[in-house]
Formats: sequence, C-alpha cells, structure tokens
Amino acid sequence: AWASYMTNSPTLIVMIGLPARGKTYVSKKLTRYLNWIGVPTKVFNLGVYRREAVKSYKSYDFFRHDNKEAMEIRKRCALVALEDVKAYLLEECGQIAVRFSALNVVLHLGTSELPRAFGVFFVESVCDDPEVIAANILEVKVSSPDYPERNRENVMDDFLKRIECYKVTYQPLDPDAYDKDLSFIKVINVGQRFLVNRVQDYIQSKIVYYLMNIHVQPRTIYLCRHGESEYNLVGKIGGDSGLSPRGKQFAQALKKFIEEQEIVDLKVWTSQLKRTIQTAESLGVTYEQWKILNEIDAGVCEEMTYAEIEAKYPDEFALRDQEKYLYRYPGGESYQDLVQRLEPVIMELERQGNVLVISHQAVMRCLLAYFLDKSADELPYLRCPLHTMLKLTPVAYGCKVETITLNVEAVDTHRDKPSLNSNNLPASQTPVRMRRNSFTPRASADTVKRPRHYSVGSKPLEALGPFPSLE
Amino acid sequence: SPARELTQNPLQKTWEPYNNGLPAGHSAQRGVCMTNCPTLIVMVGLPARGKTYISKKLTRYLNWIGVPTKEFNVGQYRRDLVKKYKSFEFFLPDNEEGLKIRKQCALAALNDVRQYLSEENGHVAVFDATNTTRERRETIYKFGEENGYKTFFVESVCVDPEVIAANIVQVKLGSPDYVDCSNDEATEDFMKRIECYKNSYETLDETLDKDLSYIKIMDVGRSYLVNRVMDHIQSRIVYYLMNIHVTPRSIYLCRHGESELNLKGRIGGDPGLSVRGKEFAKSLAQFINEQNIKDLKVWTSQMKRTIQTAEALGVPYEQWKVLNEIDAGVCEEMTYEEIQENYPLEFALRDQDKYRYRYPKGESYEDLVQRLEPVIMELERQENVLVICHQAVMRCLLAYFLDKPAEQLPYLKCPLHTVLKLTPVAYG
Repeated sequence: AWASYMTNSPTLIVMIGLPARGKTYVSKKLTRYLNWIGVPTKVFNLGVYRREAVKSYKSYDFFRHDNKEAMEIRKRCALVALEDVKAYLLEECGQIAVRFSALNVVLHLGTSELPRAFGVFFVESVCDDPEVIAANILEVKVSSPDYPERNRENVMDDFLKRIECYKVTYQPLDPDAYDKDLSFIKVINVGQRFLVNRVQDYIQSKIVYYLMNIHVQPRTIYLCRHGESEYNLVGKIGGDSGLSPRGKQFAQALKKFIEEQEIVDLKVWTSQLKRTIQTAESLGVTYEQWKILNEIDAGVCEEMTYAEIEAKYPDEFALRDQEKYLYRYPGGESYQDLVQRLEPVIMELERQGNVLVISHQAVMRCLLAYFLDKSADELPYLRCPLHTMLKLTPVAYGCKVETITLNVEAVDTHRDKPSLNSNNLPASQTPVRMRRNSFTPRASADTVKRPRHYSVGSKPLEALGPFPSLE
Repeated sequence: SPARELTQNPLQKTWEPYNNGLPAGHSAQRGVCMTNCPTLIVMVGLPARGKTYISKKLTRYLNWIGVPTKEFNVGQYRRDLVKKYKSFEFFLPDNEEGLKIRKQCALAALNDVRQYLSEENGHVAVFDATNTTRERRETIYKFGEENGYKTFFVESVCVDPEVIAANIVQVKLGSPDYVDCSNDEATEDFMKRIECYKNSYETLDETLDKDLSYIKIMDVGRSYLVNRVMDHIQSRIVYYLMNIHVTPRSIYLCRHGESELNLKGRIGGDPGLSVRGKEFAKSLAQFINEQNIKDLKVWTSQMKRTIQTAEALGVPYEQWKVLNEIDAGVCEEMTYEEIQENYPLEFALRDQDKYRYRYPKGESYEDLVQRLEPVIMELERQENVLVICHQAVMRCLLAYFLDKPAEQLPYLKCPLHTVLKLTPVAYG
C-alpha cells in the first residue's frame, strides 16, 4: 500500500489514566484538531466496546480487578478494539488512531505486539485535585449511557467507587525506569505541569504543543464577519473595500451587542483588510490585526463577480464547484491552504479566554469547522451570513453554538453546492488533480512514478481513477 | 461617537485609525506574538550543560520572529572584570573574593537587563549563568517581580559524561579563559570547576518550585518537564526548545535553477527553467551525489521552477507552499524598470525600508518571515536537508541561521546556481 512511501508511519495514540481524568475529552479534542489540520484520525473508545459487549451496566462491581469474568470481557474488548485500530491504520489509510483505556492490559499487550509500522505515543492524564475530578464527573459522567436513570448522588458515589477499583492496579508511566524508552506526555492537573519523554517525530511534536496549549477554563468565542462591504453590494469577491452604510449600521449594532453581553476581558481580533478593521473600530476597544485572518486569496479572480468568473474562466468555475475544499484559485489559495494558514489562530484561540474574531466568509467557515468538527466536504458550505454572530461555548465533549442575528439587513453571499451536471465538466478533463502538498509536474520527462515524501495526511496521486476519500 | 477614519500606511499597506491627521492608539499589529510585559528567561545548570548554546540559539530565534531579545552572559561580565583567569580556584565555594566578584557581576548583568527591558524596548532578556542555588534564583525572581517582568526558568540537566566531554571540547577549550593552556590542562581545570558547583546545586524541584514557570531539559532533549507556562511567548519558547537538537548535520540552501523570467529580468510568476537552469539542476544532482549525504531530505516550494530543479535529482522531495517566493502583488512579472515607471512611489518606498515594505496586494519580507516560521521549526527537527527555494525566501532562512538583523536581511547575497552549506559549530 502507499503507507510504505510515507516518511511518517501511522501513529497510535494511547490514552492512559484513571476514570474522570479527562481522557475522552482530550481524545475527542485532539482528534478534532488533527482531522482539521488534515491528519486522518479516529477515536477507538474502549468504553463503547465494553458497552456493546455488556448490554446493561449494573454497578461499579464490574470494574473490580478481582472480578474474573468481567476482566475477561474487558480483555476481549481491548483485543477487538486493537484489531479495528490495525484495520484503520493499515487498510483504511488512517493516520492516527486514538485509543483510550484505563486498563493496564493495554500496556502489557504492549509495544512488542503492535506492528513495527506504527509509532506509539502515550498520553497520560494524572490528577490529584479532588475538585477537578468531581467537576469532571458532574459534567460528563452523570449523563453517560452507563447511568440512564440514577440520580446525581448515586452516580457520583458509584463512579468514585469505580475509580477506586482502577486505583488498585493503576501503574502510572514511570519515566525514570520502566517506561523510559516509551514516547509519551504526562499531563498533570489539567495542564499545570507536563512531562514529555522521547518525542519521535513531527506529529508527536505537534500533539505535544497542542496539548500544552489547551485549557478547560470556561470562556466564550464569538465569530462574525465584517459588516456588509461595498463589494458585497455589487457581488464582487475579495478586494479591500470599505463598509457600506448597512455595514456601518451593523458595526454599531455589534458594539451594542458586545456591551450588553458584558464579557470579561474580551479580546478582539480582526484581519488586515479594511472592512474588518472598520467594523472593530466602531466597538471603541483595543483590537489586534492578524494578516493571517485575511480572506481567501482568489488570485486572478480577485474583485470579480461570480458571473464574471463563470464567463471568463468557465473551467475554473466548474472545477471549484466540483471540489471546493481542495480547489485553488489560479495565483491564489484553496480552503485547504486557508486551514494551514489559520492554524496559529486556532492555537492562540485555544490559549485565550473570551475572544471576538471579526473575519471573512471563507475564514469563518474554516474556524467554525474546527470548533464544530465539520469535515472538509462540509466546510466550504457552512452558513456564515453577514451580520450574524456565532457564539461558541465549550460544553462537555463539544461546543454549543448560538446563532445571533443582529437585525441589520445585508446581501446573501452564500452559494450552495450545485448539483453536478456532466455538461458543466470541462471537455478535456481527466479526474481533477488533487492539489494537496504535491502534484505531478506536467513537464516531467520521467514517466516512472517516483516515490514521494508526503506531509502527514496527504496521499499520493492516482494517475487514474476516482479521487481518494477525504475522510 | 462616529468611528474613526482609517488611513493606509503606504509602506506596510496596513490600515490604521487616525485622529486629526495623527495615528491613534487602540489597534495593535499582530506581529508573530505579542508580549504584554517583558519576559526574563533565567538559565539554570552546571557548567558545560549547554546553557550558553541554548541562550544564543533562543535569542537568535526570538529576534528572527520579531521579538526583540538579548542575552546577558554573566561569565562575560566576569571576564571583563577579572582580566586574567587563573584557575578553577576562583570558583571554590569558600573563595570569599571570588564570591564577591561573581555576585557583583550578576548584579551588573541584572542592571543591564533592567535597562534593556524597561528603557530600551527589549521584550525578552536571557540571563545566562549557572543560577544553581535556590537562593540565587529567588533573588532574580524578586528582581523580576519588582520590575514587572515575567520570569521563566530554563534548566539543563545532563549526567552523560560523553556529552559533557564533547561540550568541553566544542566550546570550552577555545574559551578566552584557556587561551594559554594546553587542551589537557584546560579540560582538567574545567572538570574541577564543575565540581565547585556540584555540592550546592539545587535542581528545580517539582514540589519546592511548583509555583515557578519553567522547563527542565533532560539529557539534551530526551525528556522535558514543563511547569506553569503562563503566556503565549513562554509557550512558543517551550515548543522551540523541544524541537531543537544537537545531532551533527548540514543544511543546504539554494535557489531554483535560472528561470525563463529571470532571463527577461522579470520578478515573480511561475515560469519554468531556462536551458542554463536545467544544466544547473543536473550539476546540482551531481553535487548532491558526490556529497554522499546520509538520509537527505529535499524540500521545494510549489512553484514550477523549484520542482523542476528537484526533479533532476531523482530522489523523493516534499513540496511546501510556504516556501513560495514573496508575492509581489500588482508588480508580479514586471521588470524593475516597469515597476519604477508604473509605480514610482512604491519603488521608492521599497528602497526606504525593504524589510517592512509590502507590495500592493502582495507581501513584505516581514510577512515572509512569519510564513516561514514552520519551515524553520521543521528544519530544527530534521537532520540533513536541502531546501530549493527562491531569492527572498532564501534570504529569510539564511538570516535565521546566520543571525542577521532585519535591516540586512533583504540585502543578503543569494545568487542563482550557488549552494550554501550550513553546518552548526560551537555557538553558531
């Protein structure tokens, strides 16, 4: 398979820790981040396998280490999960499998049994702060499928006893002796401290950086676009026009909205294009300009209307509708390029508290896709209308989103994906060239396909045949 | 009150609010990272643990990404004060005279730190000394607090005698302290010097120092302990320190072969190689083969001319969009004469401040540095790499490795058909 050409072999991330230490939270968040930056990642949750095997959960007794029957079931679940992991990484061309288990059986299955083709990276969450643990239990365990009818106190009680069952056999990673050759990060007390051991490659380094920047403090992220611009009014894309009168009205409405929300220590970020800055100016607060928040560069199509583009560049126009995420404007950018450019924004958003980001349609779609875990297919069609605020609040394992329209009229700049009509396809077209991080140079004299190194997550081009799935 | 008017800075093309014709506060440019209050980085560790190596490298990196940083090496202050180094006895823990002088030097250095951070607009100061006792670290921490600095400790712990011996050979034997000694004499004296510190060495402790912000680097990066990272700049510093290594390797930088537009004196665009450019590609292939480089990675941009150059090598290569040449915006594919004719003001502005100048609808060198940062980070992680890129891009990368300031960067010489081979040695 193509995996052998990869500079980076697939990675298995194994989550470790007692229950209510945030393993599922970190697994899901990390998976969301990795998928967003283009590294196919999937979570294999042992709890889910266990719930499949044991239809109804009775009590914490299941988790006692001297409950032989239960231990057998749990071991079998682990093996089944491991098989699925292998299938994902080797056959489905996944890049990373995040597997979590509080069982130390996993460690005994150990690195010797896993094929050499995997990199294995352990993420351990250690917590000795009882308040944090109690808060975790309340936030996510009380509503777990394991506890459909119980009341809070019973849940808390049963869960704490469950934790005690694990404590008996829990062997934390030991960097000084037993585990000194393993690659891992130990997260202590929700990010207060980290121990990092033997980071092997690029992807492990990025995972460590990400884990060190995320936090669990409550906060809210506000996403909106600039007010309606002069170009919006005439349907031109891109450029650097100022706000229309209605756009200026929106800026005023935004100011009022922000004041009413009474947000503590709100940071305001804009792009370096005039329309977002003008919008921020109305707020009368300090704001920070980021060039990387600029709208997608439409290259030769800048400042044209869609009608003009269709007339002047019909092939490009059709291509874009076929594969909007990967399509790169000639001399410009693609959504995929945009995601790469926005990664430092996401990283800083993770570090920050309350932030208002005033940006642009394509940019906002990319940011929203990160928070709401939207795939590359859906991303370019997410609805981000003008004069509408999206308020994102982290909750449990995901993000709550509230849409707030600020009641100032604006044009609609959204284009849905048109239904594919073979008449639209350019006549000379072979399958659309996937422009990821490499493409086949047309002028290449050599017809022998050479092995290429790909950035993690990219697949080699197929000379013929359908394009590879994005998931 | 009505929103303020915006005016576009003609050099950087950024929009700034103004009041009565004067620029007004309120908005900040996001450089690469914003620091709210100055940061004091304090190195910790026995001699020959790589503190100065890390200090200098970190300072170089931070300055390159646009964070004004300066290092203060207390050993240098000592050499300035005590003109001639005699022997390790100066460092004996019961040498009253020695202790007095060393404390004096530390205070002088801290005074200069204060001047740099509080009066000269420095953002980060790196205080390079052993700082091996808790008492000394507390003094420095208090100093930071009094002046409104955030303090971040960087400790290097290493017990591997081979690493320490290698360090001594690399940087101590050539030190001004040992200019009159033989290598053996110098090594012997230095080992005794290290011994002077060992008894009083108090490493950063998980419990006793739990409220400090620090990173402890163990065995030249095998593992790290990171405690209480406070802000963006500390997070970036930790990330950088975790990605650098000391394995010997070489980095090769060159431009694509001569292109069709090069021949016509036109900038930018996406042309292919000229006849001579293709010849260069072949020569490059031959050169690379002769160098016999172990596990060489080859990187190109996503522009045709670098890819064509790499193709001639017959080895796998990786394309990076961020290695693309600087975007000249409206001036793309023009000759300098045409630019001067059509955009005389732009042409003049560029010569005024070539680093910050942004082409209309294009980029500046300053933008380029920001976009190249992931390349630098990955170059630090990698070992032998050949980067086939473009003139402006190569200047930015070179400025990072050779510690060239922003004013010099846009004028660094990077001619076509020339390969620069960079090999880390000592502190540079």
